[in-house]
Amino acid sequence: MLTMTNVKKIFRTDLVETHALKDFSLQVNEGEFVAVTGPSGSGKTTFLNIAGLLETFESGQYMLDGNDVSQLSDNARSKIRNQKIGFIFQGFNLLPDLNLFDNVDVPLRYRGWSASERKQRIEHALETVGLASRQKHLPSQLSGGQQQRVAIARALAGEPRFLLADEPTGNLDSKMAHSVMELLQDINQRGTTIVMVTHDPSLAAEAGRNIFVRDGQVSELHEVNTFADVVNG
Amino acid sequence: MFRYYLRLALLSYKRNPILSSLMVLAIAMGIGACMTTITVNYIMSSDPIPQKSEQLFYVQLDSWDPNSPAREPNDPPDQVTWTDATNLMKAKQAFRQSAMARSGGVVEPENGDSKPFMTDIRLAYSDFFAMFDVPFQYGSGWDSQSDDNRDMVVVISRAMNDQLFGGENSVGKTVRLAGHNFRVVGVLKEWRLVPRFYDVTTGAFDNTEDFYMPMPLKESLELTSNGNVNCWKRPAEDGFLGFLYSECVNFQMWVELRDDAEKQAYMAFLNSYADEQRALGRFERPNNNRLSNVMEWMAYNNVVADDAEIMLWLSLMFLLVCLLNTIGLLLAKFSGKAGEISLRRAVGASRRDVFMQHLVETGLIGVIGGIAGLGLAMLGLSGIGVLYGDLANDLTSMDPKLVAIALGLALVSSILAGLYPTWRSTRVAPASQLKSQ
Repeated sequence: MLTMTNVKKIFRTDLVETHALKDFSLQVNEGEFVAVTGPSGSGKTTFLNIAGLLETFESGQYMLDGNDVSQLSDNARSKIRNQKIGFIFQGFNLLPDLNLFDNVDVPLRYRGWSASERKQRIEHALETVGLASRQKHLPSQLSGGQQQRVAIARALAGEPRFLLADEPTGNLDSKMAHSVMELLQDINQRGTTIVMVTHDPSLAAEAGRNIFVRDGQVSELHEVNTFADVVNG
Repeated sequence: MFRYYLRLALLSYKRNPILSSLMVLAIAMGIGACMTTITVNYIMSSDPIPQKSEQLFYVQLDSWDPNSPAREPNDPPDQVTWTDATNLMKAKQAFRQSAMARSGGVVEPENGDSKPFMTDIRLAYSDFFAMFDVPFQYGSGWDSQSDDNRDMVVVISRAMNDQLFGGENSVGKTVRLAGHNFRVVGVLKEWRLVPRFYDVTTGAFDNTEDFYMPMPLKESLELTSNGNVNCWKRPAEDGFLGFLYSECVNFQMWVELRDDAEKQAYMAFLNSYADEQRALGRFERPNNNRLSNVMEWMAYNNVVADDAEIMLWLSLMFLLVCLLNTIGLLLAKFSGKAGEISLRRAVGASRRDVFMQHLVETGLIGVIGGIAGLGLAMLGLSGIGVLYGDLANDLTSMDPKLVAIALGLALVSSILAGLYPTWRSTRVAPASQLKSQ
């Protein structure tokens, strides 16, 4: 599904060069739920941004879904983001003026689907996250956990094959965090590949595989047998 | 997508009402100032008789002082003498022709309740009405026989017919004017000529007159001259007739020539007429006679005043300043939307999508600014009306074409102002914004 080989990313300012990723290599298979952990500044978010085609990189190769996406144009990357990748952010990134329906509609608007098809998919996505009855509410009328569910619905509505989550529970209390994790696991079990960056080892433990990033490189890999193993302790 | 972008633009306006309203105000002020001056210039410079402005010619004969031109550097006088006006009329060398002048007199209404009042009179020849496509409500103009016979006939305006006869068909009725009784032969429909090109010497933006009568009556009734009179030498004799037959110029001469051949023939006639007059001791300057069509004549007389043109340029510069302010405000507004733009880019919006979304937003502000600017332009035009009174009545209204120009100008200028901020918005690096939200 995702294969990065010797990816190098450098952030430059007038004074310093920061090597965010150094010969970063990783493979994520279809249907996996991978948690990426590591200390602050280790390169987790940079990896996620490159994986989500939000940033380019200096060298190396990135294969997504069997295609080399290393040197694509901005337009082509936008199209892949729209059709194949779903994003979940720590801060939810909902648009405050739009109700839930319209928030979930945002990525679909760039998909070229008809209004009726979009409506059907939005309602289905909101139903999946348990918020179908609140589609006319504004984000400000929801709790943090509910807002993150809307963000997940937005990521799911286009039926992406690949979900990228950056600290999806970082702004939530433990109860809500657990609920969101359950939702992500449910989505993963339906076949969507998930890569999640987190600081929280207990959440990482709930993923199918853990990747530890340090100094811009993958340093350790942990396999978790199954989701059921984790849940049952 | 346009409707979607429009909805987003409205939401964005509601989210930042003060910032958005400041932009609308900046555009409105620029458009308001521009449209006020554009309207004045547009009306001043519009063709008052487009269907035949190329066939109507103003005649200039250089009968002036042999030692200095009527107007520097070497222009003939703007009007002709009574002698030349009547000679040209008798010659009948044009398809249609009319010498004319403005006079005035006191109207004495038959209705005893109404007081006498002063009015302007247009002295002209019978061709005047056909030449200038003057519309009639009742009756018609007089014929050439009435010119020759100096018949006491008059054509009155619709407003005067309303005032004197309550709007009824007054053809055949009598009106007392300048101490004489005249028979009404025609009543005009509403006739507004802007600019009133046939006599720019008395003000190109004056109203058309309320009374029209045969010009030969000037001599027999000794009617006054209400227009500009210029002389280069003293009249040879005293009295009304001495002045009338002097070298003073007080009459406008218009001819209708249907094609270039007629124009060339008439020009040749004017030159031979001048030669003939020179042989008689007049026209001491070399031949310098001219025929100017309507637009040429208005340009020659600088009907669009220089200060109006300067005001136009100043208002365009003011619009530019307003747009520069709008650019700054748009930059501020769009930089505040970096989070939304990043989110849209992350979920698949291309740079073009973002560009179009914000262009529609800018266009909406431009259209609202344009509508508000139209309101300000109306205020500006009514202000001109207050300052200049009746003279500006015809200059202070906007037709649908000008309204469309105002909205188009607002839309185009706001989009131009929005190009850079909009382009900048597409360059937002989504990754850096999304993490910080």
